[in-house]
Amino acid sequence: MITNRLALGVALALSASAASAAAARDYISIVGSSTVYPFATVVAENFGKTSSFKTPKIESTGSGGGLKLFCSGVGVEYPDITNASRRIKSSEVETCASNGVNDIIEVKIGYDGIVVANSKDTGQFAVTRKDLYMALAKDVPNPDGSETFIPNPFKTWKDVNASLPETGIEVLGPPPTSGTRDAFVELAMEGGCKEIGWVKGMKKSDKNAYKARCHSIREDGAFIEAGENDNLIVQKLQANPSALGIFGFSFLDQNSDKVQGSEIDGVAPTFEAIADGSYPVSRPLYFYVKKAHIGSVPGIQEYLSEFTSDKAWGDEGYLTDKGMIPMPQEERAKFASDVKALKNLEM
Amino acid sequence: MSCANIVNSMNDSNTNGSTTVEKVNASLKRRYARERRFRRMGLSAVMLGLAFVSLLFLSIIGNGYSAFQQTKVRLAISFDEQLLDPSGERNPKVLSSADYNGLIKNALRQAFPAVQSRQDKKELYRLISNGGSFRLREMVLDDPAIIGTTRDVWLSADDDIDMLVKGHIDRNLTEDDRRVKDSVIAWIDQLDQQGAVDLAFNAGFFTSGDSREPEQAGIGGAIMGSIYTLLVTLVLSFPIGVAAAIYLEEFAPQNRWTDLIEVNINNLAAVPSIVFGLLGLAVFINFFGLPRSAPLVGGLVLTLMTLPTIIIASRAALKSVPPSIREAALGIGASRMQMVFHHVMPLAMPGMLTGTIIGMAQALGESAPLLMIGMVAFIVDIPGGPLDPSTVLPVQIFLWADSPERAFVERTSAAIMVLLGFLIVMNLLAVILRKRFERRW
Repeated sequence: MITNRLALGVALALSASAASAAAARDYISIVGSSTVYPFATVVAENFGKTSSFKTPKIESTGSGGGLKLFCSGVGVEYPDITNASRRIKSSEVETCASNGVNDIIEVKIGYDGIVVANSKDTGQFAVTRKDLYMALAKDVPNPDGSETFIPNPFKTWKDVNASLPETGIEVLGPPPTSGTRDAFVELAMEGGCKEIGWVKGMKKSDKNAYKARCHSIREDGAFIEAGENDNLIVQKLQANPSALGIFGFSFLDQNSDKVQGSEIDGVAPTFEAIADGSYPVSRPLYFYVKKAHIGSVPGIQEYLSEFTSDKAWGDEGYLTDKGMIPMPQEERAKFASDVKALKNLEM
Repeated sequence: MSCANIVNSMNDSNTNGSTTVEKVNASLKRRYARERRFRRMGLSAVMLGLAFVSLLFLSIIGNGYSAFQQTKVRLAISFDEQLLDPSGERNPKVLSSADYNGLIKNALRQAFPAVQSRQDKKELYRLISNGGSFRLREMVLDDPAIIGTTRDVWLSADDDIDMLVKGHIDRNLTEDDRRVKDSVIAWIDQLDQQGAVDLAFNAGFFTSGDSREPEQAGIGGAIMGSIYTLLVTLVLSFPIGVAAAIYLEEFAPQNRWTDLIEVNINNLAAVPSIVFGLLGLAVFINFFGLPRSAPLVGGLVLTLMTLPTIIIASRAALKSVPPSIREAALGIGASRMQMVFHHVMPLAMPGMLTGTIIGMAQALGESAPLLMIGMVAFIVDIPGGPLDPSTVLPVQIFLWADSPERAFVERTSAAIMVLLGFLIVMNLLAVILRKRFERRW
């Protein structure tokens, strides 16, 4: 039986007439963000085990890569759902539309905190977003107050803020291809950058220069790109107690015996603080559904209702066990009813 | 030593070449020292290599051996008819959708009657893996007669409990720093005293597909995916590679075109594998419309990657067959076709097979080109054919290495051990084939 099928498959490939192979698909195909991947996979697994449908297939392609695949067209060879750790951009909506993907359902699923952590062998850090900006930006405002930028001169945390310890600045973080890096730059770095009055003024006068100044991370060795693997950063922090690391909350949650999260603007990265919004560096997570596929690929609507059920994304749901921070009750109710009505994305 | 004696005796007899002998004697010490140095360097290079390999093996085995065992907890499950099948009809549909989690919760409540508060109960229920309910469902569907009875069932513990029992969670830390609370440790110790906690062989690790719950995750799906992928690769690359090698070696004219082809084949062997993945995406998926994530496409891509290896090895094997064999065959009236297939190819076959096995081993360990064609994915269902979505072993290792749950660390290492085992077996097979069947002239 198996060899028969194999022979058939090979014959199909050899005769190059295999277009019919993709004619039907009986499982949901999901692509997208590696940050949403650990959450989407739990839902998919539960969905597969408790329903009569096959378990969806989930590829971890990154938010941008996922949206690109998602927007390439309508038909079973294209994915049905894409996960994203940021909102879809209007340029991506246009790409989608030009490929015939017009009706998209947007589902916000919850929040993910980004933590700045260090080894438990040393004291807990307490920084502000401004400290993070001053310590990690490529160029910082000239301390003489002349409203110009100079290349980042700071070597130790004490140089940045006299209340911080006198250890060298050494931060391990994700590479630019990562959604975590994007979110860290946007929320922590830009958040700190904005606190300097005249730089904030730049946003109105010269938006591009403002972005370039606030979003570029120093390249002189103080910030070390440690790859996409957050487990690796945790291990490196253990080996090097003077270093700080940037990664997602779920990794802090799992490794709370090894690393501790730094307070940012006086708030420690706890589940509660991220959930109520007082922890400043957290981002929303989304997924997008191709409406045209509902009906042609079995199980999409059932998958949506599994994801938006309280046992999954609720305050006590199984997603919170995996480190996802749930949305407040009203927001969940709003998205759940939108999903039920298959409401289209509004930018 | 003996050589030095001879030189000394030559020196003693003092023949006509005294100046040469003196020169040789003067440099002798240096030359010996140089040789000793070279030998020592060579030996230390080998030792260094071995040290790194053993370090790698030690760390992987040290991390991973515990994954072959799984903590099980014995619970007295009463298969309550009221809960499972109130109507008493034993309808399989009703039985399959019954609340088996409720059975586990009841059993846990009975084992720990003192636990009352809602929060504590929630912690208590988390002792047992949520895969336990599927195990009970299987038991009931296999034999509905057990409804109404009470049985002792060994169920998998949750991954945190598993880590605690295996000693990967430090009990001496303060409660806040630990993933397992003091109360949970007390429950486990109590169960342990009753002999209700045991480490058993983790058969599920080899039979089940991927899961986000470490205690339920297995490499069964990845192994099946690897088998389908390698089958496709073998079925395509062996005949094509051998045919290409035979044609180029025995039939093709020696001219600029064949030179060009040869250079290209050698070049292809050095192309980074991710390039083949990009090619596969463009040609097989986008142009021919084959499904993403399918072992068929993976096998096609890996065929492209292993073909140069097989062609080069097969050509070398054909070259090593002495021309006298060909001439003798032709001399007694064999056609060139008969000469090749009756005489040359059988003699070259061990070399060709060795090259093929090494190419296959390379393909087994490859993950980069599969990234592009969607085989780096979370797939729970075990693939039933080369068109079903699946992953392969190295991809499964990559995915687990990136998972936050602590229990995946040992599973990652265990999967690496399995992959290394396959690779060692394949390479050993290649060595044995070469040793036993290869003829040297």
